[in-house]
Amino acid sequence: MSDPRSATGGPERLGFATRGLAWEEPLIFERSVPGRVGYSLPDLDVPDADPADAFEAEALRDDLADFPELSEVDVVRHFTRLSTWNAAVDLGLYPLGSCTMKYNPKVNESAARLAGFAAAHPLQPEALAQGFLELVWRLERQLAEVSGMDRVSLQPAAGAQGELAGIMMVRAYHEHRGERRTRVLVPDSAHGTNPASAALNGYAVATVPSGRDGVLHPDAVAAAMGPDVAALMITNPNTLGLFEPHIAEICEVVHAGGGLVYGDGANLNALLGIARPGDLGIDVMHFNLHKTFSTPHGGGGPGSGPVGVKNTLAPYLPVPMVRKREGSEGTGYALDYEFPRSIGRLHANFGNVGMFVRAYAYLRSLGPDGLRRCAEMAVLNANYLLARLRGRWHVPYDRPVMHECVLSDRQLEPSGVTTLDVAKRLIDYGYHPPTVYFPLIVHGALMIEPTESEPLEGLDRFVAALDAIADEAARDPQLLRSAPHRTRHARLDETRAARHPVLRWQPAPSS
Amino acid sequence: MAEYEIPNELRYTLEDEWVRVEGERVTVGVTDFAQQQLGDIVFVELPEVGSAVERGEPFGVIESVKAVSDLYAPVSGEVVEVNADLADHPEHVNGDCYGDGWMIAIALTDLSEPDGLLDAARYRKHVEERSQE
Amino acid sequence: MTGDLPRYIPHTERDVRHMLDAIGVSELEELFACVPEKLRLARALELPRAASEQEVMAELGRLAARNASAESHDWFLGAGCYAHYVPAAVQALASRAEFYTAYTPYQPEISQGTLQTIFEWQTLLCALTGLDVANASLYDGASATAEAVLMAMRVTRRSRVVLADGLHPHYADVLRSYLRALDVEIAPLGRAADGRSEPVEPSVDERTACVVVQQPSFFGTVQGLRAAAEAAHARGALLVAVTTEALSLALLRAPGELGADIACGEAQSFGVPMSLGGPALGFLAARERLLRQMPGRLCGQTEDAHGRRGFVLTLSTREQHIRREKATSNICTNQGLCLLLATIYLSLLGRVGLRKLARINYAKAEYAKRRARETRGLRLPFSAPTFNEFVVAVPDSGAEALARAQAAGIVGGLDLAAYEPELGPAVLVCATELASRDAIERLMAALAGSGAKR
Repeated sequence: MSDPRSATGGPERLGFATRGLAWEEPLIFERSVPGRVGYSLPDLDVPDADPADAFEAEALRDDLADFPELSEVDVVRHFTRLSTWNAAVDLGLYPLGSCTMKYNPKVNESAARLAGFAAAHPLQPEALAQGFLELVWRLERQLAEVSGMDRVSLQPAAGAQGELAGIMMVRAYHEHRGERRTRVLVPDSAHGTNPASAALNGYAVATVPSGRDGVLHPDAVAAAMGPDVAALMITNPNTLGLFEPHIAEICEVVHAGGGLVYGDGANLNALLGIARPGDLGIDVMHFNLHKTFSTPHGGGGPGSGPVGVKNTLAPYLPVPMVRKREGSEGTGYALDYEFPRSIGRLHANFGNVGMFVRAYAYLRSLGPDGLRRCAEMAVLNANYLLARLRGRWHVPYDRPVMHECVLSDRQLEPSGVTTLDVAKRLIDYGYHPPTVYFPLIVHGALMIEPTESEPLEGLDRFVAALDAIADEAARDPQLLRSAPHRTRHARLDETRAARHPVLRWQPAPSS
Repeated sequence: MAEYEIPNELRYTLEDEWVRVEGERVTVGVTDFAQQQLGDIVFVELPEVGSAVERGEPFGVIESVKAVSDLYAPVSGEVVEVNADLADHPEHVNGDCYGDGWMIAIALTDLSEPDGLLDAARYRKHVEERSQE
Repeated sequence: MTGDLPRYIPHTERDVRHMLDAIGVSELEELFACVPEKLRLARALELPRAASEQEVMAELGRLAARNASAESHDWFLGAGCYAHYVPAAVQALASRAEFYTAYTPYQPEISQGTLQTIFEWQTLLCALTGLDVANASLYDGASATAEAVLMAMRVTRRSRVVLADGLHPHYADVLRSYLRALDVEIAPLGRAADGRSEPVEPSVDERTACVVVQQPSFFGTVQGLRAAAEAAHARGALLVAVTTEALSLALLRAPGELGADIACGEAQSFGVPMSLGGPALGFLAARERLLRQMPGRLCGQTEDAHGRRGFVLTLSTREQHIRREKATSNICTNQGLCLLLATIYLSLLGRVGLRKLARINYAKAEYAKRRARETRGLRLPFSAPTFNEFVVAVPDSGAEALARAQAAGIVGGLDLAAYEPELGPAVLVCATELASRDAIERLMAALAGSGAKR
């Protein structure tokens, strides 16, 4: 795989990334050798029992064909090698817009591994889980304070599930008032989970167009508003990184029509200590602990999506919540199921408790000043990038941004190079690309969120990489169209994967 | 600006379907403009033979790697034939959208309905307007 | 401590000054001019002051110390979350930053570690369930069950669900929450004397989208799936087989071979710490023809431009970020790292070890059952065969019996009073490979109390 160097730059010459050894590693099934042992099991201290004595033959399995047989060394090498093929926050800037890929503190991991959290069971008696209950009680209240909401449930397992819970509560609220509302309003810049969550609750989705300035306007919302509208879902700052300046008035318009306002909390990092969704008129919102509150992304989860509400919606919260015991009950904490209009459970137990521990450790490590510093530095970083990038790149909404900025592909047009090509070439420079092609209202969008974790020199290097790529686009577009060149794989054929899905390994048929 | 094939003998809809009128039935597919916009087609969901379709209502779904779109019935009637080849060869929609990429044939309930469809010139104008955005 | 910059945020005052100059403003405050004054928070957040790292660990240590755990007590509590031994290599590998600080693998060229792991997981799940396709995890067994039912409803275009008795009560709660907004009839079945569900056949009709059978049931009983599958298929409905104890799949015949169309449930038993119930690992597998209706992410094999095998997320048009309001689900983030823990765990245990482990669990529970039968004051109300969980009727009350166990350093099981009061005083006991013979003896004596006789 050759990497034709452009005349002036290239990742190697500019000091971004050099060649390195990449290990080959097959599928675990291809590594299997019959008879290899990777397990260590104790001898039975009780008599053996033969399941054939209790079950008919048909009920029992004969074998785990297709499962591998490996030694521990094989397994450790396999997964260690696999890990070397990944980009990660701990390796470098991961500027995905609206994902808040901030640093994942290691003390959070140590805390989550304490036996009293990691080896405890959701159904153990309350008296034996007081530490857990107290942590939940405190975290609920701290998130409420950060957001200006009245009550918080930690139960939803991810942001999307928090959204689901939020819209379920909206639905229950209107039902309880005897009102039949059938539509939910969603801005054209919204994340896909927003309309999906609305549809899962039986709502029809109506799109509200953003203004030419990239933000929502009260008259557009008023035009879409009606007695059949249950809620407006809004993200603030929005997916262009812009604070919604008319949000208070917009909330009033929706409230005046008897509707509620749902706040998507994905971009909360920009507002910590600055403004609170609850103070802006939001009635219900979700948090993403794996974005704003530093819990790791894990290669696609687990996340955690607590939902916060104003008191109007508190009766509908998922159960159980946690309360403090009072009076004759004694001291300590107890589970609280006293929510007769609750939407019920969304999770078999309490949600992703391991993430609560991490988020709690984070909040305790930062304190109120530290949280505010997150917002300040996140916003500083994004504006700095914008200031340095706007010469070479097209900025569709050229105004001060909050924690993320969006570029379009207009600057690339003469060369025929696309946003996707730029993203793939950034990989050669050692970066995970920003979010691409979202939000949909910007053509060929590149959504960049540096987070507060990125130091100044890191930002400067990122700008240098993008500038070098802009040069390459003009001079040698084919280089970008066939990128990446330095990774173990060249660009992968996603069409083939979708047309002819192969979703598991199967042994070759024996001839 | 890209060149889009728009055969003169066909009729068209605003939703980028083409229609070949064959007496009391029509054959329907998506246009060259549509397949270029969508990119590599990976899957086409079509109705069963015998189902009823209504003008302006979705009759199926077309998926590419990165996008998905409803397919809208240009006329009302009954589905009398479905291109079973597309299940294994969705790429026909990209390679030959007016030929091997055909999707369904509909027996018309109202023989005058195709008159309301766009002719090639008007469809070309519709494509040009959107390409300039 | 106060006055130190937070160690997670690198900016010095000099950095800040330099950046403000580049932007063209003189104060940090000016960057927030876009937030109208009247909307600004006029005070500091009322949160505890920042603590040093050692204080944070001390505080969390104190909280953790007030929870019992499988490390402080002998453990016989299952009911959907299971105490198994997790080999050290599992956590050591999953602690690699390249795994846990990575994002969803949307850029496949730099995410092959994550993607290949997902592909391996999907393969292992298909082997365990006997089905054709599996997804890259859902939040937990309860939401996986809800998603499976929604899937069956989409496929059959019907809106009635038959629930065999023995579905975990919390799973039934979650299912009801998910279905509340839709016009769905839920028809729960009753229980037969042996602890299994009443037969499914009389309840299935042409309006039924699916029959849901949990096996092993909430009570540990093995229901048998064949009859339910035939009854469902005879009426054009699907069979959804749910399991909360995934280890049972190593002993029992694969649900797919017995006629299940969708298998789902909880795979926490495979190397995921109990962690008070979360994060968990929901799984879902189905027959090939149901592929396009599957929720969640899917990882598929492909090639790159040079013909080299690689893996990508695929069939994304089902998902929320493209399909939006017509998506199969709204799920975005799943349980990626837990999937990794499970894949490593299953690779270590392997074809032979996982079955041996299942046999050990079976033997421990059978011994515990035998001791319960032999202990005066205790009774086994259900005669159906079980995997590693079973119901024990106790002389006085579940609460008192468990209190006696606790006094002996044992968390003895789940008091069924809140879940199945008509059973009378009873406890759901789970015995995994962690249960020693001695602990089993002491447990049975404690549950029986003064009524116990050897």
